[in-house]
Amino acid sequence: MSIIQVKNLKKKFGDLEVLKDINAEVQEKEVVCVIGPSGSGKSTFLRCLNRLEDITAGQVVINGHNITDRKININKVREEVGMVFQQFNLFPHKTVMENITLSPIKVHGESKSDAEKRAKELLDKVGLSDKAQAYPGQLSGGQKQRVAIARALAMNPKIMLFDEPTSALDPEMVGDVLEVMKQLAIEGMTMVVVTHEMGFAREMGDRVIFMDGGYIVEEDKPNELFGNPKHERTKAFLSKIL
Amino acid sequence: MNALPYLLEGLKTTLYIFVIAIIAGFILGLILALMRLSPFKILNWIAKAFIDAVRGTPFIVQLFFIYFGLNSLSWVSFDNFTAGIITVAINAGAYFAEIIRAGIESIDKGQAEAARSLGLSSKQTMRYIVLPQAFRRMLPTITNQSIISLKDTSLLSIIGIADLTQQGEIQASATFEAFKIWLTVGIIYFIIIYLLSLLANFLERRFELR
Ligand SMILES: Nc1ncnc2c1ncn2[C@@H]1O[C@H](COP(=O)(O)OP(=O)(O)O)[C@@H](O)[C@H]1O
Ligand SMILES: [Mg+2]
Repeated sequence: MSIIQVKNLKKKFGDLEVLKDINAEVQEKEVVCVIGPSGSGKSTFLRCLNRLEDITAGQVVINGHNITDRKININKVREEVGMVFQQFNLFPHKTVMENITLSPIKVHGESKSDAEKRAKELLDKVGLSDKAQAYPGQLSGGQKQRVAIARALAMNPKIMLFDEPTSALDPEMVGDVLEVMKQLAIEGMTMVVVTHEMGFAREMGDRVIFMDGGYIVEEDKPNELFGNPKHERTKAFLSKIL
Repeated sequence: MNALPYLLEGLKTTLYIFVIAIIAGFILGLILALMRLSPFKILNWIAKAFIDAVRGTPFIVQLFFIYFGLNSLSWVSFDNFTAGIITVAINAGAYFAEIIRAGIESIDKGQAEAARSLGLSSKQTMRYIVLPQAFRRMLPTITNQSIISLKDTSLLSIIGIADLTQQGEIQASATFEAFKIWLTVGIIYFIIIYLLSLLANFLERRFELR
């Protein structure tokens, strides 16, 4: 059974219908990239997957939990779903170490020493072992984003959502972050990645979803979608960015 | 100056009232601010009505209402001390509430979203992420409001509380040295307020985002 199932998802902000009828599935260990023009609803779609946005209609099932059910404990589901934001959203009043250990300690009830041990491993993995005691304000954008990834991984999520993780970065920082994401993909993490990095989508994506105007217009294997797009709108979009 | 020990005695009372009232006021302000931000309309409305009532009436009238007005009801009875502390506390609370609310609203939404995405509950998110950042930002305004509240305590002499101002009056008429006495009282208030702002500066620097 697929780990993410989205059926007839609709999302409105007031009268503005941003997601019109989204149907999608993601299998365990799959890496799905979401592309599309700005304003097409990519972020909103992603944010519906951990219910950062209230779902207007339809059904979203995450690892067997129907999160459209109001009675479900959404905090429990969010423990299984990590999210990485374009603007990093690190906690500026906490050190890198505290950023990473906060949730394992407060939500999972881990001991401080266990949480710190795991945090050190994760910092090592993202190449920032020397920054444990730094504050976010002292880090570059690329370093911040790698800390944000480590922070999400500290909860041992089953799924990782990325919303344009490299869009706010200086070009020379993009590579380091993508490298960490590639490593994750290789290790078998289930990932949904909204991105403009077509190189990453081509290389790491098992599937690419093209969104436009609140619909999924087309989805396919990267080679097919990039090499042989079926829809006019996909062609038009790709010709602009490639 | 023989009057000084009496003035310092008054200062003790002033500080005692101030500290209790400001702590109570802060807790009240926090509760009111959270009510204002709550999705429950009724809580929001109650808090807003309370805040508007306090901010829209003079301090002395509130003091008289609480001390003379409420006390005239058969089932209410408290001394001038309690009435004074309550008045200063609800005043500080009403102003703190708006400061705290604005502080909370000034924190980037992404902070709460990141916390919630990590599985923290809305309470935990408030407590560990939003409030600590908001308080840092609010510290200067909180200090200003606290200084105003300290000055407000001098009005409590009207209902016979032996605070610094009241002691000043007693000593001025007992010693016929009004000039010296009131100058001294002024200097004492000034020093306390100066120390308060020093404390605030110190805290601000300590909390500055490293
Ligand atoms: N909180 C919100 N309130 C109102 N409109 C919103 C909100 N968030 C997004 N939108 C609107 O929804 C549409 C899709 O936004 P978004 O999902 O961010 O697109 P994308 O990520 O593809 O650029 C846009 O028109 C945007 O203005
Ligand atoms: Mg977006």
